[in-house]
Amino acid sequence: MRMSMRYPVAMGIAAIGLSAAGAISPAAAADDTITLGSAISLTGKYATNGLNTQRGYDLGVKRINEAGGVKIGDKTYKIAIKYYDDESTPLRTAELFERLIKQDGIKLLLGPYSSATTKAAAPIIEKYEVPMVEAEAASRSLFTQGYKYMFGIISTSEQYVESSIDLAAEMAEKNGKKPSSLKVAMVFENDPFSLDVRAGAIERAKKYKMQVVVDDKMPRDLNDISATLTKVKALKPDVLLVSGHEKGASTAMRQIKQLQVNVPIMTITHCESAKVIQNFGKVSEGVLCPTQWAETLNYKGKYFGTAQEFADLFKKTYEGYKEVPYQAAQATAAVVVWKEALEKAGSTDATKVRDALSKLDIMTFYGPVKFDSTGKNPVKPMVLRQIQDGEYKVVAPTKYATAKLEFPRKVAY
Amino acid sequence: MLSSLELLISAPVLNVQLLLDGIFIGAVYALAAYGLALVWGVMNLKNLAQGDFVIMGGYLAWMLVNQGMNPFLTLPIVAIAMFAFGWAIYRIIICRVIERDLFTSLLATFGLALVMQQILNQIYGPEVQSINAGFDSLAIFGGMVTVAQVKLITLCITAVLAASLVCFMKMSRMGQAIRATAQDPRAARVMGINTDRVYAFTFALNSAICGAAGVLIAMIWVIQPFYGIPYSIRAFVIVTAAGLGNLPGVILAALGLGVAEQYAGFTLGAQLQQFTVVSLLVVVLLFKQFQRGRKRQVLQ
Repeated sequence: MRMSMRYPVAMGIAAIGLSAAGAISPAAAADDTITLGSAISLTGKYATNGLNTQRGYDLGVKRINEAGGVKIGDKTYKIAIKYYDDESTPLRTAELFERLIKQDGIKLLLGPYSSATTKAAAPIIEKYEVPMVEAEAASRSLFTQGYKYMFGIISTSEQYVESSIDLAAEMAEKNGKKPSSLKVAMVFENDPFSLDVRAGAIERAKKYKMQVVVDDKMPRDLNDISATLTKVKALKPDVLLVSGHEKGASTAMRQIKQLQVNVPIMTITHCESAKVIQNFGKVSEGVLCPTQWAETLNYKGKYFGTAQEFADLFKKTYEGYKEVPYQAAQATAAVVVWKEALEKAGSTDATKVRDALSKLDIMTFYGPVKFDSTGKNPVKPMVLRQIQDGEYKVVAPTKYATAKLEFPRKVAY
Repeated sequence: MLSSLELLISAPVLNVQLLLDGIFIGAVYALAAYGLALVWGVMNLKNLAQGDFVIMGGYLAWMLVNQGMNPFLTLPIVAIAMFAFGWAIYRIIICRVIERDLFTSLLATFGLALVMQQILNQIYGPEVQSINAGFDSLAIFGGMVTVAQVKLITLCITAVLAASLVCFMKMSRMGQAIRATAQDPRAARVMGINTDRVYAFTFALNSAICGAAGVLIAMIWVIQPFYGIPYSIRAFVIVTAAGLGNLPGVILAALGLGVAEQYAGFTLGAQLQQFTVVSLLVVVLLFKQFQRGRKRQVLQ
């Protein structure tokens, strides 16, 4: 708020001040500091996760500086981040990224929080050909525009439920059935995010030649899917996928209980934020919930050790967290990616760093990072957790799992 | 769509499930719709905030349940609180617009809806909430059909509420005064009825009925500050189809709507569930128009 009111004046003063002093910026500064730049949402509707993002970035910077900083050639640099607050409005994000690049002379960027703000920033960074590593935007459409300077390390929205279908296929083969004999039922909300999730599910089901028997879209303000669930019950599919933010998860759990629906593999997104364990107790048993990252994963990287060690460090550094939000973990991972890319490039030159980013292949506490030609990170899978005895247990992908999948889902209504 | 129809024919027991679910939810719609019919008929007020009164009732109950109260005991408390709230809203806003033209009252209640949504959002946050009444489902036909006990209880409560409303309107002095005012406010005033008080009471009664519906909705579905609109729409559809001052009509239309929604969701998919409701309204209106046209011709 503060910034928006005085923005034009402040910008003018800041521009004069900065160009005169030149102290904080530019990227390859005289005082051996490499400055990354970002505009994130510190106020407005994304403020909570904006702060989580900032804390993640800061922890990454702190740890890497403590470990000696970034080594380019035979010189070591500390890293720092210059932040702006975009007030959760995409228009401001675009303005502030332009300002970071043009006035502050920053050539290495970290993404904002949310898909909407990242969408606004993307054309700017492409225009100035400045590389950006983003860790907080999952929208698939960000990677279909042919952007060359944007690298995203998180799984995109269409991957949210794909792994459930893989899992179903895996279990079918194990039990001597053909994956193509499986039936899939899906219920998705009619909004851009959930439809992205649906697109991924349809594609994956097609890959295994599975039959989609229910494909309903629930309108934004509909809170009754009992007719759809009646259909599910009658058709007895092998997989049920539900995605519709918190409302979808709550509505589905409640009516699944009322109608006593059971499906061997039942995946619902947003379980955690809808608090399904607390609200629905034993009915939530066996439900699969996709997530970007979890503390209990057995990923291990260079600077933070395992996922659990990162989580412990985070909780020690910042008070008041019972569980580390994945938004913070992926933000830290973005800083790690920058360090590795800069060292690989051996330069802070935007083009060289971009090329280094596109060839990067590393393992971190957040999972593997290897960008494809569109800038996505397809090697990091979505993680599937199953609710077992009232707790989230990682069950897939099998490679990183710490618990065994309970299949088929057992539940006592 | 065809495959869904085939399914219905090959497994007729599914019809039972759809019918039951339709009746259960239709009963809750009937409450909200009857409240609307009341204020519409008596005060000629088209209350666009109807659904938001429902949601507010749901939130009050949710709050009380979080304090450790039995979900069903919250019903009378919420109804009384909503009655008081309705009375206050009448005194602050509605009494000023009731004599004005249609647009003033539409705008006023629309504004009221927006304000209520935002206040609920400020107080309770945008998360989806629900009340867990702690009941199981009864499985019949070998588990093919399930009846959630909470829905069954809801149906009974709705029936009792509707019956007591009818008695109240028929027998009590206030009920008679309300009916008199609905027929002719001027004549009622001449007869010594304080119509202003009747209006205030009617609006407060509507608010209490909506609140009760909200309690039931929070128990069988979920509530969120911005989910009032679907209930407003359904209430309008039901009242428009059934006509004013026609309680049996309202109940029948509400149950019919509930069942129609379930069938639409089953055969056409959830995406067309509400679309069907509104299309039905158009059909009903066209039919009524057609009927009226024929009457006029006869008169000529």
